[in-house]
Amino acid sequence: MADAPTNGKAKPALRGPPSVTDRIFGGLALSSASLVLVILGLVLVVVTSRSWGVLSTQGLSFFTSSRWAPAEQAFGALALVWGTIVTASIAVLLSVPVSVGIALYVTQIAPPWMKKPIVQVMDLLAGVPSVVFGLWGLQFLSPKLVPIYDLIHRAFSMVPVLGQVFGVPSQTGRSFFTAGAILAVMITPIITSLAREVVETTPPMEREGALALGATRWEMISGVVLPHSLGGLVGAIMLGLGRALGETIAVALVIGSAAQLTLNVFDAGDAMPAVIVNQWGEADDLHKSALIALAFTLFAITVLVNMTADSVVIRFMRHARGR
Amino acid sequence: MAANLSAAGPLVAREDLAFHRTWRTTVDNIMTGLMFGSVILVVLPLLLVAGTVIARGGPIALTDFPTFFTADIPLRARQVGPGIGPAIVGTLVVTFTAAAMAIPLGILGAVWLQEYGKDSRVARVIRFVGYVMTGVPSIVMGLFVYLLFTLTFGLSAFGGALALACLMLPIVLRSTEEMLRLVPSSLRDASLALGTSKSRMILSVVLPAALPGVVSGSLLAIARASGETAPLLFTIGAATGVNANVVSGANSALSAQIFANAISPFAGAQERAWGAALTLVTLTFVLTVLARAVTARFVSR
Repeated sequence: MADAPTNGKAKPALRGPPSVTDRIFGGLALSSASLVLVILGLVLVVVTSRSWGVLSTQGLSFFTSSRWAPAEQAFGALALVWGTIVTASIAVLLSVPVSVGIALYVTQIAPPWMKKPIVQVMDLLAGVPSVVFGLWGLQFLSPKLVPIYDLIHRAFSMVPVLGQVFGVPSQTGRSFFTAGAILAVMITPIITSLAREVVETTPPMEREGALALGATRWEMISGVVLPHSLGGLVGAIMLGLGRALGETIAVALVIGSAAQLTLNVFDAGDAMPAVIVNQWGEADDLHKSALIALAFTLFAITVLVNMTADSVVIRFMRHARGR
Repeated sequence: MAANLSAAGPLVAREDLAFHRTWRTTVDNIMTGLMFGSVILVVLPLLLVAGTVIARGGPIALTDFPTFFTADIPLRARQVGPGIGPAIVGTLVVTFTAAAMAIPLGILGAVWLQEYGKDSRVARVIRFVGYVMTGVPSIVMGLFVYLLFTLTFGLSAFGGALALACLMLPIVLRSTEEMLRLVPSSLRDASLALGTSKSRMILSVVLPAALPGVVSGSLLAIARASGETAPLLFTIGAATGVNANVVSGANSALSAQIFANAISPFAGAQERAWGAALTLVTLTFVLTVLARAVTARFVSR
């Protein structure tokens, strides 16, 4: 207290050193905050070390082989990685136009009284547990989709590439596409809520300027709001992708559990998280190690996608708010 | 847009202008329709899921009311009839044990970030890692707790609660920090000016001011966790009788029951899955509405 601060930045010490209780409290708070570091570090160490069993016996073929046959101790994850990527991509492709449409409608067009109910519907949708979506997809949706898949398959059967993509549907309706469609419903609230935040950062002056120049509402949206929001929307989409990649239970119920590398989105497939829950119960040691290695792969992919999404959004928000 | 405007400039003939204007309004109307259509498109699955869950879960829950909610889970999946009692108890025990761990730690962590760490490098790293942790798939958390805890201590509700707590922690951390940020700094300054210590200021001024927001964030985290399935499959096992002991013995949960019964070929099991789904959806719905109500009061104040 005796030595007054020389630089203008430091606050004059008007109070004594923090008391013991203060220090204990601060320490407790810091250790709680650091808990996330500890947990994530432990996840990384534990999951990596337990995957070693299969990686040491299979080597790189774990990632390059598409043959997943636990009975013959053959663990090639390629088909499962493929399944995860295909279902998540379908989900994003289906969900993005709808999510961005809702975000634009709520922020730019909807009359004030409609905003709240729409947001509440999205909240409800986000609140439905994934296992309930899975149950619904398995017992209600999948059988109903077979004739639709059949119709699309026939319509495209003569077209070169699309004929293969929309191939012969699986008989149960459980397929990559069904899984992707359910995932799309599940990630729509996530993408929408972030997209709304992003779109709302458009400066009102620019919007009103466009309208004052005689632009229609859509011209204002496509000429001002969308170009302004593009970066943030990319981040929102990546966040949705991250969620779709890691979603387990709903996919496990509707994807059809047949590990295969195929272009046909209407055929049964399998994905990394789905294989882990479906096969864990009857797995022996090496098989379990292979499943843990899948979890590690999934962890690595989702963390990468989420980190990218976060840095994209943060950069956008900083830029948009002019900070 | 610039092209459109110049094309509609004064040099264009009158009829062209009229045509141009109608064309532009038409495009505008179509796009507005598409955007409204996407709202409808997302309401549709919600209504379908809710309708199916009520239509298929309602009958079994009501014909055997209230035994459906109290009776033990049948040992044989092919058996028709109730119940899901142990799963309800299990879900409540696991979720609230997880909440008891994750919520205090999450709030305390958020206090550090907002009141101590602020914009320091450590705080920024913690924020970032917390964000990354929100995106870790729940199945990875489940396997992690299985490897670290269940392998040594066996199946129990506590293992499941640990996994759910790991999932809830970053959510609570984030929502609480946002709420603390809304507390005006004049309150902090006033309290410190009166000579209170920093910990006293946080506990008796900042946290009470942010309380409704913190409560609503925590309720949402609980609602989210109560529907989790994947992490529980590795950690709590599949008991068929009520087990209120948190720390030992296999337990059961609604979500795990739905998953197990959904893939069962037997009609009885499938019916129980729908009944359990109705129960679980109602539970999460009540928690979500509660959270919204608390937030609404907070905002209106």
